Amino acid sequence: MKILVCIKQVPDMESRFSVDPSGTWYDSGDLAWRMNEYDEYAVEQAVLIKEQLEDADITVLSIGPQRVKETIKKALAMGCDRAVHIEEERVHNRDPFEIASLITAYASDKGFDLIFTGLQSQDRGSGQVGLLLAEMLGVNGISTVVDFSLDGDQLTVQRELEGGTRATIKTQLPALVTCQLGLNTPRYPTLPNIMKAKKKDLLALGAEQLTQTASRQETIRLFLPDKKTGGLILEGDAADLAEQLIRTIKEKTTVLS
Amino acid sequence: MKTLLVAEYRQEKLLDSCYELIEFSRQIAADSSLFLVGDESTLPAYPGTIYLADAQKHGEYNPDAHRQLLVDVINREQPDLIVFSHSSYGWDLAPRVAFTIGAGQISEVVAIENQDLVVSVCNAKLRRTIKCLTAQTVVTLQAGAFPPTSEPAGQPTLEKVETDTSGQQTLSGYQSTAAGVDLSKAEVIVSAGRGIGTAENLTMIEALAKALGGELGASRPVVDAEWAEPHRQVGTTGQTVAPKLYVACGISGAIQHLAGMKKSEFIIAINTDRDAPIGEIADVLAVADLKQLVPLLTEKLSST
Ligand SMILES: Cc1cc2nc3c(=O)[nH]c(=O)nc-3n(C[C@H](O)[C@H](O)[C@H](O)COP(=O)(O)OP(=O)(O)OC[C@H]3O[C@@H](n4cnc5c(N)ncnc54)[C@H](O)[C@@H]3O)c2cc1C
Ligand SMILES: Nc1ncnc2c1ncn2[C@@H]1O[C@H](COP(=O)(O)O)[C@@H](O)[C@H]1O
Repeated sequence: MKILVCIKQVPDMESRFSVDPSGTWYDSGDLAWRMNEYDEYAVEQAVLIKEQLEDADITVLSIGPQRVKETIKKALAMGCDRAVHIEEERVHNRDPFEIASLITAYASDKGFDLIFTGLQSQDRGSGQVGLLLAEMLGVNGISTVVDFSLDGDQLTVQRELEGGTRATIKTQLPALVTCQLGLNTPRYPTLPNIMKAKKKDLLALGAEQLTQTASRQETIRLFLPDKKTGGLILEGDAADLAEQLIRTIKEKTTVLS
Repeated sequence: MKTLLVAEYRQEKLLDSCYELIEFSRQIAADSSLFLVGDESTLPAYPGTIYLADAQKHGEYNPDAHRQLLVDVINREQPDLIVFSHSSYGWDLAPRVAFTIGAGQISEVVAIENQDLVVSVCNAKLRRTIKCLTAQTVVTLQAGAFPPTSEPAGQPTLEKVETDTSGQQTLSGYQSTAAGVDLSKAEVIVSAGRGIGTAENLTMIEALAKALGGELGASRPVVDAEWAEPHRQVGTTGQTVAPKLYVACGISGAIQHLAGMKKSEFIIAINTDRDAPIGEIADVLAVADLKQLVPLLTEKLSST
């Protein structure tokens, strides 16, 4: 069983963001970087299958600048076997179609049985790369998966719908699944596994070596939204804040009367 | 400008989100028609052409069949924009259709700015205006971003469509994640987010809920981590609530959470991040560590 997991490195969402000089993306200078949350579930699911089947081999792939190697190492430490880093300094200028085309250029002749992506990336949130990749590779694509089981080449998954409903889907491999929050509990890499990860294969490829696809979209501008007025911001000593909040609750609501 | 709006039908009901698609189309001043795999007995009030396929025959969702039906209509209508809701139906079907017709896709549009489409980036901390370079563009709209401004009205012209694909995947076996407490009846809800840090800290949120005579709520990561039961979850995939007072502790304010609680009468947020998007809808944002502030609040409430 050959498994591919696609992961993206994203900034910590609690960061303070500013617009870069191009005016089309955020400044990456002072940000802390981590694995896209949805992709952690993707990595974990691949590793769970490997533990179930034993004869599985997991390739983790990420497109981005040199710093994404750190995130790739985390995936290796979680249990992926080998890694591919598609080097692209200006990854944010590549639209979802180009990202999927780059992954396809690498993956199309590798015969992956199962491919995992996140449902969406936390920064861009387009939710497109997974299903586009399935289309390009000609495999079954299923999105928003919250429950996964594999029996031979039969796949049974649950898709999450709105308002707490789910639907069951059965299909065959090869398949691509996009992972939704809560699919599993992503593990923390252990120290021995972090050491082992250092010895695993990491293949680096330049994006320009793989394919040149035309962009289908362009960013006109990126900006900070206007702060909505009205909301009161309270800062300071916790005891004072508690007093102020209780006074506000008494004045503005009827819940304490 | 011509739009084709893709309405949804689920568990034998037409979803109201179709009126948001109609509103969007009105805002960009487009001529529209509508596509629906549904049933003749549940058509929207709409003054244009509805291309209707039968859900009995083609399934409420079946990506291959629905794509085929929709692409046939796109070929007939030649719309500039194909517009979906950013829902489990829309985000699944949209990229497949975009791929088939060679279009670019703009996901989860929140606004229109000079005919260009605006999306949110990094949990709504930033906004981005995007343009597609392709002849046709596929768009999905964020739930609630284009609320209808007038009563739906109009008598549609019906055009029935068919295809013979069967497809590999069909949605079936709908199941509900069991409901427990009905949070929609609660007057006060105090919700815990990932900012509580550990399962143990849930106790302090529960204590505050109790001191205010309310119920405990939770954001999704808290439920996913099994710190709180699934029926406590507030948001698109949980419950929709509108209490007199909603206290969000350590919740960033992702759109899927906001969708479930923004109708609350009064919202207090406790967050260490002054820029957290929850601040956009909160009446009061207390910038503080919840581990300090929440126990103090509970204590002061209990002693008054
Ligand atoms: C299809 C779909 C459906 C979804 N449905 C839902 C849903 O129904 N409900 C839902 O909630 N989410 C839902 N989500 C997930 C949603 O996108 C967010 O990931 C989630 O709401 C984030 O939860 P959070 O705010 O608790 O965590 P985070 O976004 O991680 O935020 C934690 C917050 O805590 C603050 N914080 C940290 N430490 C402290 C401290 N000591 N004191 C005070 N504040 C602190 C941080 O500043 C931060 O703002 C859905 C996502 C998708 C894609
Ligand atoms: N730069 C990237 N490198 C590898 N995988 C990616 C990249 N960008 C997106 N993906 C994958 O595609 C998923 C959806 O991303 P998006 O379409 O940007 O929301 C992510 O969860 C990843 O699994």
